[in-house]
Order: sequence, then C-alpha cells, then structure tokens
Amino acid sequence: MSKKILIVDDESNIVISIEFLMKQAGYQVEIANNGEDALEKVAAFRPDLVLLDVMMPKINGFEVSRRIRENSAWHDIKIIMLTAKGREVEVTKGLALGADAYIIKPFSTRELMAEVKHILSQ
Amino acid sequence: MIRKNLHLAGILALAGIILFAAGYLAAWFFGPRLTGDLPYLSLAIAALAIIGAGYTLNNFIQSYVLGVRRLTEETRVITSVNPKHRVNVEVPSDIKRLTEVINAFADRYQSAVNDQSEQIEKAHAQLEDEKNRLAALMSELTEGVLVCNLEGRILLYNNRAKQLLKSAPNSAGRNERVGGFVGLGRSVFGLIDRNAITYVLEELRERHKKGNARLVSQVVTTAANGQLVRTRTAPIISHTDEINGFVITLEDVTQQTDRSRRRDMLLQALTEGVRSSLANIRSAIETIEQYPQMDPRKSVQLRKVIADESFTLSSRLNQITSDYDTYLKADWQLEEMMGSDLLWAIQRQFEDKLHVTTILDGHDDNLWLKVDSYSVVQALSLMVARLKEAYQVTEIKLCLRQSGQLAAMDLVWPAGKADLDTLWSWQNQIYTAKNDESAPALREVAERHGGEVWLQPNKETGMLMLRLLLPTTQPKPSLSVPTVQGSRPEYYDFDLFHQAGQNPEIDNRPLVELAYTVFDTETTGLNPASDEIISVSAVRIVNGRLLRQEIFDQLVDPKRSLPRTSAEITGISGEMLRNQPTIEQVLPSFQKFTEGTVLIAHNAAFDMRMLQIKEQQTGVKFTNPVLDTLLLSAITHANHKDHSLEAIAQRLGINIIGRHTSLGDAILTGDIFLKLLPLLAEQGIVTLAQARAAAEETYLARIKY
Repeated sequence: MSKKILIVDDESNIVISIEFLMKQAGYQVEIANNGEDALEKVAAFRPDLVLLDVMMPKINGFEVSRRIRENSAWHDIKIIMLTAKGREVEVTKGLALGADAYIIKPFSTRELMAEVKHILSQ
Repeated sequence: MIRKNLHLAGILALAGIILFAAGYLAAWFFGPRLTGDLPYLSLAIAALAIIGAGYTLNNFIQSYVLGVRRLTEETRVITSVNPKHRVNVEVPSDIKRLTEVINAFADRYQSAVNDQSEQIEKAHAQLEDEKNRLAALMSELTEGVLVCNLEGRILLYNNRAKQLLKSAPNSAGRNERVGGFVGLGRSVFGLIDRNAITYVLEELRERHKKGNARLVSQVVTTAANGQLVRTRTAPIISHTDEINGFVITLEDVTQQTDRSRRRDMLLQALTEGVRSSLANIRSAIETIEQYPQMDPRKSVQLRKVIADESFTLSSRLNQITSDYDTYLKADWQLEEMMGSDLLWAIQRQFEDKLHVTTILDGHDDNLWLKVDSYSVVQALSLMVARLKEAYQVTEIKLCLRQSGQLAAMDLVWPAGKADLDTLWSWQNQIYTAKNDESAPALREVAERHGGEVWLQPNKETGMLMLRLLLPTTQPKPSLSVPTVQGSRPEYYDFDLFHQAGQNPEIDNRPLVELAYTVFDTETTGLNPASDEIISVSAVRIVNGRLLRQEIFDQLVDPKRSLPRTSAEITGISGEMLRNQPTIEQVLPSFQKFTEGTVLIAHNAAFDMRMLQIKEQQTGVKFTNPVLDTLLLSAITHANHKDHSLEAIAQRLGINIIGRHTSLGDAILTGDIFLKLLPLLAEQGIVTLAQARAAAEETYLARIKY
C-alpha cells in the first residue's frame, strides 16, 4: 500500500510541480488550498505525511500543525513545513509546534523528495 | 536691671521726702517736751542728704545706664539693618572708649559685608551666565527636554518639548484627544502616559539600589496628543544618594516608526515574495528535467508556470528597488537590558499589580536582551491578568534561557480547564483591562522585536507554556552613561522641588505659592445670555512670576455675525474669526491649560458667567478657585472709586501696552495681581481663603452702596 501525502499550499503554481513529482514517486496525493480545508482532509484522507505551507490566510500552517498534534489519534502523521519564512524564530516555532522538518523555500525538488522519503521511512 | 535701678533712685528720693515730713510731724507733736531747734535741724539735714543721694544716683543712672542702653540699640542697628551706621551717643568719658571700639569693629564688619555681597553678586552673575548657556544649549537640541521633580512637576523644559507635546490642531471636534500643556510647575503626567513614567522610575530606582550604573531607561510611548514618542529617562540623584527628580528627553518616532515598519515590510516582501516565486520556478524546471517524456499538456502547464513566475519576480524586484530608495534605514531602537533585570521587572509587575505569585525558575547568567521592556512587561502582564480573570491562575513560573541566537522566555502555569483555542486567539488581541490600561497584542510586541510567540501544552505535566522569543545582544562595555549626580549645578525654578503636591486644601496656602491662570475673554457684546465668546487668552503665574512664554491665545468662531461695536472695541473682525475653532473645541483645551491653577480675571464675574453659560453646550465645567483683581484692588485701595484696569495700572505704576487684545489684558491683569500681593499681605491677607473672604466682603459692600 503506497503512502499518502497531503499537500497544503494556497499557491497553485507550486502545487502543480509537487503534486506531479509525488505522484511520479508513487505516493497517493491529496491537495488542500487553505488551513480549514487541510484539517478536513487530514480527517477524511488520513495522510501519512502533510507537506504544509505556513503562510496561508485565516488558519496558518503553525495553527494547522498545532491542531494536528492536539489530536492523539493523529500522532503518527508526519509534518514537513514548507515556507518562505526562513528566520530562526519561525523555524524554532514550527518545530516547537510539532513539525518534523522545516524546509525553506526555494528548495531543490530532489532535496524535498529525499526528505519526504526519509521522514516516511522513520 | 536698668529699670530696677531707676526705681531704686525714685524710691530713695521719696524716702527722703517722707523722712523729712515724718521728722517735722514728730517735732511738732513732741514739741513741748523738747527744747530748742536742734532736732528739726538735724532731721532736715538727714532728709536733704537722702534727697541729694537720690538725685546723684539718678544722674548716674541717666548718663551711664541709659547711655549703655542707647549704645546697645545703635550697635544693633549696625549688626542687623545698616552696617554703615556708626555709634554716636553722649556718654561719660569712660564709656566713650567703648563706643570707639564698637565703631572700629563696625568698620571691619562693614568691609567684610561688602566683600561678601561682592562675592554673592559675582556668584549670581556666574549662575546667570551658566543659566543662559544652558538655555541656549537646550534650545539648540533637536530633542525635547523636560526636567521634573519626583511628583512629576516640570521644573525646566525646552521649546522642542513644547512643540512635540502640544495639542493636535482642533480639527476633529471635541471627541479628539486633547493634549496637555507644557509649563513650569505643570504635571508631566498630563503629557506622557503615567504608567510608562512610573514603570521607568521604578525600574531606575531598582537599578540604582543595586548600584547599577546604567541609569538611563528608554521607552516608546504615546503622548497625550497621540504622538508616538521615544522617551529616555535619567534620574537626578540628590547628595543623599536618593532619586529626587528625573530628566526626560523626547524624540518623535511617529515618522521613524512608520518608516521602519515600511522598511520591514519591504524586506519581508523581498525575501518571502522572491522565495516563493523562485521555489515555484525551480520546482517546475526540475520536474521537466527529471521527466523529459512527460505528458505534453503537463509540460505546457509547467512552462507557463516558469514564464509567469519569472515575470512576477522581475516586476517585484523593480518595485522593491524603487521603494527602497524611498525609505532610508531606520531602527526601532530597542534597549539593551540584562535578562535577569527583565525577569525581575516582570515578577514585580505580576506580584504587585496582579497579585499572582511568580516563581523565577532559573535564567542564564549574562544573557543580554535587546528589548522594549515596557511593552514586553505590559503585554505579558495584561495576558496574565486575563488568565487570572478567566481561569483563576494564581501562580506562574517564569524562566529565561538562551535558545540559539535568541532568548526564550517561558511562562508556565497549570493548564486547568483553559481552552487552548481561546488562549491562542488572545495573543493576537489588544486587550484593555478594567483600569483602562491597554497594551499592544503580544504578537505585535513579538514582531516588533523580530521575535515570535506561541503557546505549547505539556501533556505529561499538565502545564501550559507561553514562549516568547526575544533577540539577544552582546553589551558594549562602554555603554554606561554618566549618572546625573548631586554636584550638578541647579538651575531655574528648582524651588518647585520642594513644592507640596497639588492639594485640595489650597485654601490655606500662601497666595505667593499658588499657580494661577490669568485670563480674559473678548465677546460679541456685554450680555452673557445672548453674546458669544470670540477670543480666550491667558497667561500663567507660577511661584510669583508671570510666565509670558506660557500663554493661551485663541480666537473663537462665534457662529454668528459680529456687531460693529464689538469689532471696533476688540479689533477682531468677522473675517478673522472665520474657520477658527468653535467654543466646543476651544474650552476643553482651555480647561486643560488651567488645570491645577487658581483663575484670575478682572471683573471675573463676567468672564466666569460667559464660561458657565457654555457649560451645557461644551460639557466643560470650571471648578478652579477664582480671584478678581477688581475686588482685590477695592480691598487695597478702599478709598478710590475707579477700579478699571487702566486706573489700577496707573496707581501701581504699570505700563499699559497692547490693551484690548484679550492677551494684552490678561498680561496686564497678571502684572496688577502680582503688585497687589504685597499690598494685600500688609493688610494680613496672605492665604487664598483670606483673599476670598475679603473679596466677598468688599463685593457685598460695593453692592450695598
């Protein structure tokens, strides 16, 4: 059974590439365009990994991460934060609020694929 | 002693007379039994001898005793009133020698006195020079300066401070914030947020107690006029090593902050915007390269992404380059502070103000922060106040640790029934407490510091943690600022240091000590019920000095036409009044100007009536005590009939300049009042209560006759 990945980003231009790459790598992929959508899809789709953008209107990535971590039924869901917010304070906050990894935009797609593979194998 | 001697001489003379009379009577009574005149004769001689002795004694007393007495009086004149005076009394020759000695002493004394007054004069001149130098220096400063005593009364200020803190122009009607007035003896708390100043002073006192040499504290706060100002406060330390006042320098940061905020946004737009565009492009290209054989439709889609994002990137870069030239570098100046000092400040605030037990759960030594401590303490304590109110949190653990390049401040408390979503939302909210204290949202404070803030539950311990990341710094070793020590020369009206606080019992305080607002209004006519105020002018008197630079002078649009007679008398035309603020806008500001002072006006009854009639319309009520120079003049010059401003001014020898402008009249009235003060004192009228009582009496008398 292939692993399931939820991509959460309000920028469709990046979603196009990531979705394509993940599917090519054999993962099942779902897309969410905002925080609320993400929380619904986490419940419905039950992903193994969430690729989570931080900067989204209303419920941002930090908050989505916090809410996922609050639910003990979801404790094994991995979270990788993908964000253009690259300062130390934000990285620290992201990791404190439950992210397993924090990747700063722009990133190499190879790095991203390697990180996804690594995290899912843990 | 002298008096007794005089009595003695009198008694002796009297005794001689009585003895002679008694002898004569005895001789007459026993006469038949005695023979010859001998007894009479001897008696008469004895009596005469006694009378003679009395007379001599009296002479002796006249010349010696009274001589010495006069000598004493004259010597006293030399020592107390007039050192130039010399003793010149008719005295017996042996005392004459004494007068010579006294006069010789007087010569020496006089030259000593002369020397002394010369020196005093020199010192005065020097002080005056220094004062002028200081005044020149202060007027050159681009920063505002306020020197205050511990009560917050202003002892010294410069023009820049006045400009920075002056009321915003009256344009938005009466709901707008009325700024305070800068003036000698006025309270600084009417101008700058009291909480900010109190906080800083407590902070400085703590540091001073601990022997910390860094006795300058910096806070950004909102002034009463809505202006955002950066204040730097340094204590004035007395010779007994206590803080007895403070110096505040002020800088306008409204513009700076705005600039700095835009610069930050620019930088953020640059990094984040460019990052995401780049990310999109790179992902697209890498995908295409990795799968050269991909579905052509997918490939077209990815190429379009590259084209679009490249375009976005270029235009964003252009925008940013042009914006950057506009905004120069500006720093939101944060203060360097020992981490432990900040923790103590927070602990004090929590425990003293909120009564929340605060346990310091450790901190890293030598951790220096770059913070705006006031906003951090304020935002945290209002958050904790909310926690206490909503979830009865009464104990908090506080710690501060290095975390990479940053410092993590943690507030930890039992989670209880707290709802995390609610708490999460509090971070973003500006909260106003019951006592009207308000603080910026914790998130905003964190962002201002380039930090972050979040809540984190610990499921194992059942505790909640609020973590605030703050920037750290390495303190520059030379940063210690020279403290303002007691040896610093004291300038200006520093008598105010010793002035008692603003006291509702001002009735019993001497008139000379009180602060006054001398004011005058011009009106469209003489009927308070139907006429309107067209100008209000005032000048202040503090510590017996008329402060010509602290004036209130405002034309008022009466919202009605102006009778020609009024324009003729006042020299104010309808044209001049158009677009001036209305009475609803002027009176709140004027009231602020009169705060804490006694009002003085000539024929005050009329002006007060004009103000009272406007009470309902403007919502402004003047409750200050009032004195009337017309009535005061009637007290001091009861035999004169004319108590017009001109007549009084002439009597008291005051030049009349600029009459019939309301400011000119107010200044003249003030001059008159100051001249009346000593005349009132001669009649035993020294306190406000006495002045008012006497005025009332005179008023009744004037009505009667």
